[in-house]
Amino acid sequence: MRHTISVLVENKPGVLARIAGLFSARGYNIASLAVSETLDPTISYMTMVVEAEDEKILEQIKKQLNKLIDVISITDFTKKEHVDRELILVKVNYSAKEKANLEKVLKKFVAKIVRHSTDTAIIEAVGDQNQIKQLLENLNQFGIKELVRSGRLAVA
Amino acid sequence: MKLNGAQILLESLKCEGVEVMFGYPGGVVLPIFDKLYDCPIRFILTRHEQGAAHAAEGYARATGKVGVCLATSGPGATNLTTGIANAYMDSIPLVAITGQVKTNLIGNDAFQEADVTGVTRPITKHNYLVKNVKDLARIIREAFHIASTGRPGPVVIDLPVDVQLQEIEFIWPEAVNLRGYKPTYAGHPGQIKKAAKAISESRKPIIYVGGGAITSGADKEIKKLAEKIEAPVTMTLMGLGAFPMTHELSLGMLGMHGTAYANHATMESDLIIAIGARFDDRVTGRIDNFAPNAKVIHIDIDPTSISKNVEADIPIVGDAKNILQELLGMVKKPNTAEWLKTVNHWKKQYPLKYKDDGKIKPQYVIEQIYEATKGEAIICTEVGQNQMWSCQWYKHTQPRHWISSGGLGTMGFGFPAAIGAKVGCPGKIVFDIAGDGSIQMNIQELATAVAEKIHVKVAILNNGYLGMVRQWQELFYKKRYSFTKLYNPDFVKLAESYGAAGIKVNKKEEVRPAIEKALSTENVVFMDFHIEEEENVFPMVPAGEAINRMIGGMA
Repeated sequence: MRHTISVLVENKPGVLARIAGLFSARGYNIASLAVSETLDPTISYMTMVVEAEDEKILEQIKKQLNKLIDVISITDFTKKEHVDRELILVKVNYSAKEKANLEKVLKKFVAKIVRHSTDTAIIEAVGDQNQIKQLLENLNQFGIKELVRSGRLAVA
Repeated sequence: MKLNGAQILLESLKCEGVEVMFGYPGGVVLPIFDKLYDCPIRFILTRHEQGAAHAAEGYARATGKVGVCLATSGPGATNLTTGIANAYMDSIPLVAITGQVKTNLIGNDAFQEADVTGVTRPITKHNYLVKNVKDLARIIREAFHIASTGRPGPVVIDLPVDVQLQEIEFIWPEAVNLRGYKPTYAGHPGQIKKAAKAISESRKPIIYVGGGAITSGADKEIKKLAEKIEAPVTMTLMGLGAFPMTHELSLGMLGMHGTAYANHATMESDLIIAIGARFDDRVTGRIDNFAPNAKVIHIDIDPTSISKNVEADIPIVGDAKNILQELLGMVKKPNTAEWLKTVNHWKKQYPLKYKDDGKIKPQYVIEQIYEATKGEAIICTEVGQNQMWSCQWYKHTQPRHWISSGGLGTMGFGFPAAIGAKVGCPGKIVFDIAGDGSIQMNIQELATAVAEKIHVKVAILNNGYLGMVRQWQELFYKKRYSFTKLYNPDFVKLAESYGAAGIKVNKKEEVRPAIEKALSTENVVFMDFHIEEEENVFPMVPAGEAINRMIGGMA
């Protein structure tokens, strides 16, 4: 099962390596990771999506993260009311003939064409995991050439 | 007054109360060694950096203070890593200082460069690369704080040579401010109350003590608890000395080479009171079969140790000594009379034993060391059969008198650790009980011990084999002794060539006189006991078995 957790860390060199090492040393996988500075430039905010087969592994992940000196605090969103969003950029096949069709699909989402050439269009979209999934399913009919995802961001 | 980085390092170590450090010089630590030349901190030159790390660990284990070691960049630092990993596994407070190439060369594959913070990240509690001298005093302050508090462990400070030469005003920071590091010392009162209730309701409790009890200094509280609730006490390898093995409630060590009665009692218990222990695989054996009817109270300062291997019913995070003091005030004595009767029956039925057939038995040698030193010596060991026999046959009665590599199982640990322990406790008799294989892994430290007049006594249980591996080959690999028969030097001549004393012992009746002679000799002494070659450590739980499924003819 996938769990979303956020980690406040010291904004220092090597911190990401410590966190990555904690996962790799135990054979745990990070499904997505987004890191950036907070308003306080000495602190970074990480949103991680982790795969944990059971509660016990999730507990260990949280405890091990907490044990790192550079980790200030952790929030587990698993059983917590929260908002999560992901930004994606999708390159799809495009033609003048399909334009209206594509725009009709995009209208149903927080999505827009940010650039297009005669044969491809780049779409920017934001949404929760379900919305992103549905959008991608809808875009399949046009032919997806490339997909880039920001990783999940979450806040409670 | 402005000081350079090397001076700030040494001044900071003085502020931390460091009296001794172990290490080895090299190119990029020359500025530090230049300042060490007239520094009051005792510097002990080992003959290999691994020896320096283990000596610092032995010092820390014997004294409870932070051990300090120093090495140059690249190979100097990588040679420390076994010691650092050992300290990490056994929660030993250690600060390792490594030189690093100039900051502008880092990452350039410079001469003697290694990514030391990268290499040591998974084997340290924390590590630092100092890129500016203005951070140095703060980093040293933090390093000692991190190494010695909470669950202790090693901290590496990687110090580039140009930072050692940068000058700045030396200001020792008043306080440590680490917002991400606040270890819990006080146990949760509600949890302690629950534990007291569970103890009062139990009928077959067992106290299971690990190295955390030694770190916490909880030995007196453990004794009080055991006597108050009349519960038997078993210890892990790291916990030996936390409760006297001479006490009638002691069951000695549990686990793979534990006593049969400790293992039976653990398996049959209805309540395990775990104190600073982590249910390591050598203790639990087959985990799904471990103590099936027991509730678990788990006291540990490290939350990650709790419910990692065995699910805790009543976890209590905090310092063992604090928690036990609280618990002692609340706990009511359960009725354990029947239980103690059963446990004592197991003790009588399955005692530790060995066949005394006139040859030199390693168990006999250890018993004689115990008697000759009246149990007052600090006992260090190597790893393998020598270590397990030392757990079983020396009656450990005091904390910080037993120093052995538990988690990592590092051959070559004991001799340099004994040197460090003796430096920390010069008034104590310090033994290294070794095997003929292990002793050769850091034998170069003979020069250190002799040159520095650190008079440790080394008892080599010489069976001409890598004995523990040979034992497994005998029992599980059809006696195919693949690469375990050793060609050995003459240990007596070898010791003598370094200026140490050597005693060869070939007969049982020579054992005690040899030990007495070693004790009265004002020198480093190697005792070369030619023991029975194929003696095994029993009882033994085969890997992956439940711990009451022992072999060795006694269970």
